[in-house]
Amino acid sequence: MSQIAYLAPTSADEAAAALIKGGATARVLSGGTDLLVQLRAGRLAPGLIVDVKRVPGAIGIRQEDGGFVIGASTPGMTIGEHAALEKAWPGVVEAVMLIGSTQIQGRASIAGNLCNASPAADSAPALIAARATCVIVGPSGRREAPVEAIGIAPGRTSLAKGEFVLEIRLPPRAARSADAYLRSIPRTEMDIAVVGAGVNLTLDADGVIADARVALGAVGPTVALAPDAGAAIIGTRLDEAALARLDDAARSACQPISDKRGTVDFRTKIAGVLARRAAAIAYGRARGRA
Amino acid sequence: MTSRRHISATVNGDPVEFLSEAGTTLLDALRDELGLTGSKEGCGSGDCGACSVIVDGRLICSCLMLAAEAEGRRIETIEGMADGSTLHPLQRKFLEHAALQCGFCTPGLLVAAKALLDANPDPSESETRYWLAGNLCRCTGYDKVIRAVMDAAAELRQARV
Repeated sequence: MSQIAYLAPTSADEAAAALIKGGATARVLSGGTDLLVQLRAGRLAPGLIVDVKRVPGAIGIRQEDGGFVIGASTPGMTIGEHAALEKAWPGVVEAVMLIGSTQIQGRASIAGNLCNASPAADSAPALIAARATCVIVGPSGRREAPVEAIGIAPGRTSLAKGEFVLEIRLPPRAARSADAYLRSIPRTEMDIAVVGAGVNLTLDADGVIADARVALGAVGPTVALAPDAGAAIIGTRLDEAALARLDDAARSACQPISDKRGTVDFRTKIAGVLARRAAAIAYGRARGRA
Repeated sequence: MTSRRHISATVNGDPVEFLSEAGTTLLDALRDELGLTGSKEGCGSGDCGACSVIVDGRLICSCLMLAAEAEGRRIETIEGMADGSTLHPLQRKFLEHAALQCGFCTPGLLVAAKALLDANPDPSESETRYWLAGNLCRCTGYDKVIRAVMDAAAELRQARV
């Protein structure tokens, strides 16, 4: 690793310029919990590491225009400690807090979780269900893209050369709204999702679901929105028939692989189960706010 | 962009300066540049917690942080835990409860447990077990460790009254 150079730019422009200059061997360092493992394993041999944590906006949580802006390099533990964020977006926060151990939470960031582009990334289903967007900065300035547009294949993102994710934006929260995230792992703690399901709901004044978004992880090459699964429960009070339709739609949205963590059949079945359970939790939370 | 960078940081309350290659981890810098060999390398990939240190109040794996990132940061390691020859209550309780055998995971467990009690002086056993889930021990099993941490927490709460 002796040929590596390290830069910690203090502006977005400087970071983008460094990434362009570093070319194909430049890598963005956010929390480092994936990057340093890849370096050590020899899977990556970067010429330049650009640490973006000193770029203004990269760390911290603020409320803006009725929504939340999370610096994309903010450690998970800081996200978990933010009471107002957890109250508004319990599903997003519980998803982030499932990533790794306490030590990993001290460093791991949403930017890294999204840009490592694992189909099993725990924060992604919750963020996609939440209609979260990424503020991306790069050589041609700033742009905003939905979270679901970041990962395009396992380990690959849609980011152009010199671009990195600076902020995550969560939209203003309508009344009677709540979200939830569940994942299935063979242990109780610290494992990679075999299936993940994020559900985000808004109820009307009568407790009928007016808006629903369901996103599934680890059942396809990327974490993806399952529009039919959301549509299956809109207009209902999440009765048994609605839950059965949700289960069907979630299973239909799956295109998983079989690997040592789970078979196609297992993943598909569990996706339906987790979508139902996460929807029930989100519904209960939203009703609690009525 | 020279190969060795000059880093200034605070370690266990003392200002330190050292030189580091860009790709060197904080763990290697602590051990090889600063001679602080209490932090151990178990896995080198953030799974075992033997290299746990506290940076600006956050518990982290020092094998997953570059030394270059430590510029201006406040780092606490196992070497800063005892007050001279007086052991920290956690260290004393680990001895009393025999919460170690080979000792390799012990510095990481102690640092992680201290970070827990700094944040939450009265953790439940379940909270303690989850908090320490990133610290692997291959000798004792975890029960004595948990008992030692719960006992130290009780003593520290008592001392505050």
